[in-house]
Amino acid sequence: MSKQHLPLWEVFVRSRRGLDHKHIGSLHAADAEQALLAARDTYTRRQEGVSIWVVRSSDIHASQFEDEGAFFEPAADKVYRHPTFYDVPEELKL
Amino acid sequence: MSSAHFQYVLRLGDNALVLGQRLSEWCGHSPFLEEDIAMANTALDHIGRARMLLSHAGAIEGRGRDEDALAYLRDEREFGNFLVCELPNGDYAFTLVRQYLLDVYHQLLFEALTASADEELAAIAAKAVKEAAYHARRSGDWVLRFGDGTDESQARAQAALDELWSYTGELCTPDAVDEAMQAAGIAPDLEQLAARWREIVEAHLAAATLSVPPADWQAGGGREGLHTEHMGRLLAEMQFVQRAYPGLNW
Repeated sequence: MSKQHLPLWEVFVRSRRGLDHKHIGSLHAADAEQALLAARDTYTRRQEGVSIWVVRSSDIHASQFEDEGAFFEPAADKVYRHPTFYDVPEELKL
Repeated sequence: MSSAHFQYVLRLGDNALVLGQRLSEWCGHSPFLEEDIAMANTALDHIGRARMLLSHAGAIEGRGRDEDALAYLRDEREFGNFLVCELPNGDYAFTLVRQYLLDVYHQLLFEALTASADEELAAIAAKAVKEAAYHARRSGDWVLRFGDGTDESQARAQAALDELWSYTGELCTPDAVDEAMQAAGIAPDLEQLAARWREIVEAHLAAATLSVPPADWQAGGGREGLHTEHMGRLLAEMQFVQRAYPGLNW
């Protein structure tokens, strides 16, 4: 097998109509068409999906581990952001 | 008539079985992991197709032979696959150019067979045509990549095509079995199908900057059981376990 790696792609699969695409894994491919075909063969051969998205991994801008404090911790003590302080009319309750 | 019917379905099954066996040889050896999975998938699709067709052939024959008996207990001369299916895989370009030529052929053939007077065969064709369409997209993509790729990939794809083209005559020339089956409404008009095949394939090869070789000679004989020297080895490997331990199950 080759030691050189083709560009990395992230694969998103919609498992059923009406559901969202979910990240399912990644693979190497030369371009979008090859990535799509490889995703079909790698991730949907046991009927896992009805639609596939592939995205170049390098096109995904991600938050980093060291961003965790600044990004997410401030939300921890702000319970008032949860809609639990409102009286919901009986008719709207599910 | 029923013997021609058996022969016809058997040949379709043999093409799928022998090509599936060849493709499965790539398992663990493809150029990269994603390709390895895709190639093994394609091999399994062919073996699945072979199972359906050989089971049906056995039922038509009516002598109690099932898919396993037909796959594992016949000798070389009794196989009716096209010679092109049994040729060794060669390099990746050779495997995929062959695959493209056969995928388009099978896509057209199974599409036509969905209207067969043989209802079981029509049902098998309806299943096979979808995967054949995918196979053709995948192998067609590789033909474009190789042909319109680097000097080396272009040269390899052209060399593969030059060799393979001489094995395509069998695909396009009806014999007595094909004619009998066409008359019975079981098989389509092969000459018409072949013309359509040539049209599609030649346009795609041109797009891949590959030139269609002159059809100066054509190999034949696969359908009559006259195979290349490669067939015996392929069968020896495929049939060994069942020959050594008859009736073995696991």
